[in-house]
Amino acid sequence: MESLSAPPPIRRLDPQDPPPAREVGPGATTNGNGGAAPARGGFTAAKRRVAAPRFSIRRMEVDEVSIHYGAKAAVKGVSLPIRQGEVLALIGPSGCGKTTLLRSLNRLTELTAAARLSGSIRLDDVDIRLIEPTLLRRRVTMVFQQPNPFPMSVFDNIAYVLREQGSRRTKKKALAPRVHSALQRAGLFEEVKDNLSHPALKLSGGQQQRLCIARALAAEPEVLLLDEPCSALDPQSTAVIEDLIVKLRDDVAVVIVTHNLQQAYRIADHVAFMYLGDLVEYNSATRLFNAPAEERTREYVSGAFG
Amino acid sequence: MEPSVATPPPGRPPAAPPRGKAPTGAVEGSATWSVLDRLGLAFCWALGLLFCAIAVAIVVYLFLQGVKFLKLDQLTTPAATGFSETQTGGFSDALVGTLIVATMGIALALPTGIAIAVWLVEYGRPAALARVTELTIEAIAGIPSIVLALFGTVIFSSTALGFLSRSNEGVVFGRSFFAAAAMLSLVALPLVVASTRQGLESIPRHVREASYAVGKTKAATVRRILLPTARPQVATGMILGLGRIIGDTAIILVLLGATQNFAPVEGAVFPFDYLRGAGTTLTNFVYEASPTGNLNQPQKAYAAAFVLLLMVLGLNAAADLVHRRARKAGTWSH
Repeated sequence: MESLSAPPPIRRLDPQDPPPAREVGPGATTNGNGGAAPARGGFTAAKRRVAAPRFSIRRMEVDEVSIHYGAKAAVKGVSLPIRQGEVLALIGPSGCGKTTLLRSLNRLTELTAAARLSGSIRLDDVDIRLIEPTLLRRRVTMVFQQPNPFPMSVFDNIAYVLREQGSRRTKKKALAPRVHSALQRAGLFEEVKDNLSHPALKLSGGQQQRLCIARALAAEPEVLLLDEPCSALDPQSTAVIEDLIVKLRDDVAVVIVTHNLQQAYRIADHVAFMYLGDLVEYNSATRLFNAPAEERTREYVSGAFG
Repeated sequence: MEPSVATPPPGRPPAAPPRGKAPTGAVEGSATWSVLDRLGLAFCWALGLLFCAIAVAIVVYLFLQGVKFLKLDQLTTPAATGFSETQTGGFSDALVGTLIVATMGIALALPTGIAIAVWLVEYGRPAALARVTELTIEAIAGIPSIVLALFGTVIFSSTALGFLSRSNEGVVFGRSFFAAAAMLSLVALPLVVASTRQGLESIPRHVREASYAVGKTKAATVRRILLPTARPQVATGMILGLGRIIGDTAIILVLLGATQNFAPVEGAVFPFDYLRGAGTTLTNFVYEASPTGNLNQPQKAYAAAFVLLLMVLGLNAAADLVHRRARKAGTWSH
């Protein structure tokens, strides 16, 4: 996901290669290149797009949450705060439970019959198990890995969210201001304002994903969950969406799952590194990438495993 | 657009594209294949062409015969008894009969089939009940229509269902448009279910979740997202079902009475007098008019068969239109 002046991608080491021996700390180059140090590389070279958060309000509280699929534990005793004003990134190798944790935040895991959750997740101090799922999912909305607009017009995609369940009674005219504002918040309005009646699936991939973000924002949520929202997109669309995510953090608490460490470094304020269901480290992005407290974090962010 | 040319092996200069003709890109030829593979290819081609030829032959032959023997007044005059071809009339009753059983049959099969498919794909709990439902649908699909017809006579001759057919002093005739359409809907049902299921199953899971993730219920998601998306497949199922209904002869013969004309029940309110009575359809007319039938007027059989063929072709064109519209709306990228 390299933008124009982007650093080289993170490279995986061959298993035979010795682990990077260099000291990791502020100013060190951790490019995961096994020693051959180029002039620039690693996270110090990756540009942080984000200024420090101006404020942060605790919206959700994940408290000792474990999630089991049958006998298999996907998430083991994770505790984290989720704050408005900040972007929280969940990183970790495939199968580490980060997506499961994300999906449990709006009870989407319940759609998988075998999933069991223990511990508690609170939204504004109310346990989410006490909130009716359809209401919860309007307060905690989600954007998925694959752009998935509904097979209807751009306008109707947003209008569907605004209308009561399956009803179509609310007139288009009455919905238009709210549809436009959702599209504006997702930075899509200027591009589609003349084509609101066009099929949404004919938009480009990046536009489709921003439409999905607009859709998620139309419900006026307190928390926005993003499950690898850029992994199916080209670098330019990714850059647009990353900028958008950073802009959104003042209005909604943003949680993003990403495989792209550079992306996490660019946009996140806090980062949680998960490994095999455990929360290994929760720290500010700068510290987690440049001076990780845990050995496993250091190995992962320097590309030693994953 | 740049023509795609296979990368040449190292050390050899790329072959110049043949002059005169625009290069069409590297295509694998069968010249390098083993003899057995080439024989296989030839066999496939031969079979493919054979089937095309058979299909074309049927359509062309029926078309020619139809154009030759079909007279417009046949579509408007009912069959009559008489001694010569000119006296025996046309097949308007059969044509209308076909339209009636098709409409009634699909009106029963379509909502039921869609409901079953939605339940199987989107709910499907308890799993055992879903499995039993699945097996039942498969079983119905496997039952020959003549067996369904016989079973239908048992049901519709019962006194309780006397209001659906002609009944006389407690004796229920059991043959009517109601009886035939009900059994014909079972013929179409498995096709509607299978096609709708396929349509629903082809929708990626994350699309459903995207709807749940903005607070929508399953019911709203089915109604506004899933069924509209599966519309082309539902249409396909409906067309296939209609094709089976208008093509069925056994059920018509056994459950519709297979009379020459409508035989409305006296004293009943329109349209129930006709629907409770016996009747005929095009397939039955073709059978009767064929050399094996009582009428034995093959020319009229061809004319009726041609009308039947036109109906089926029309249905296929309609299904194609729905598919093309859906393609215009686009689909998810994987």
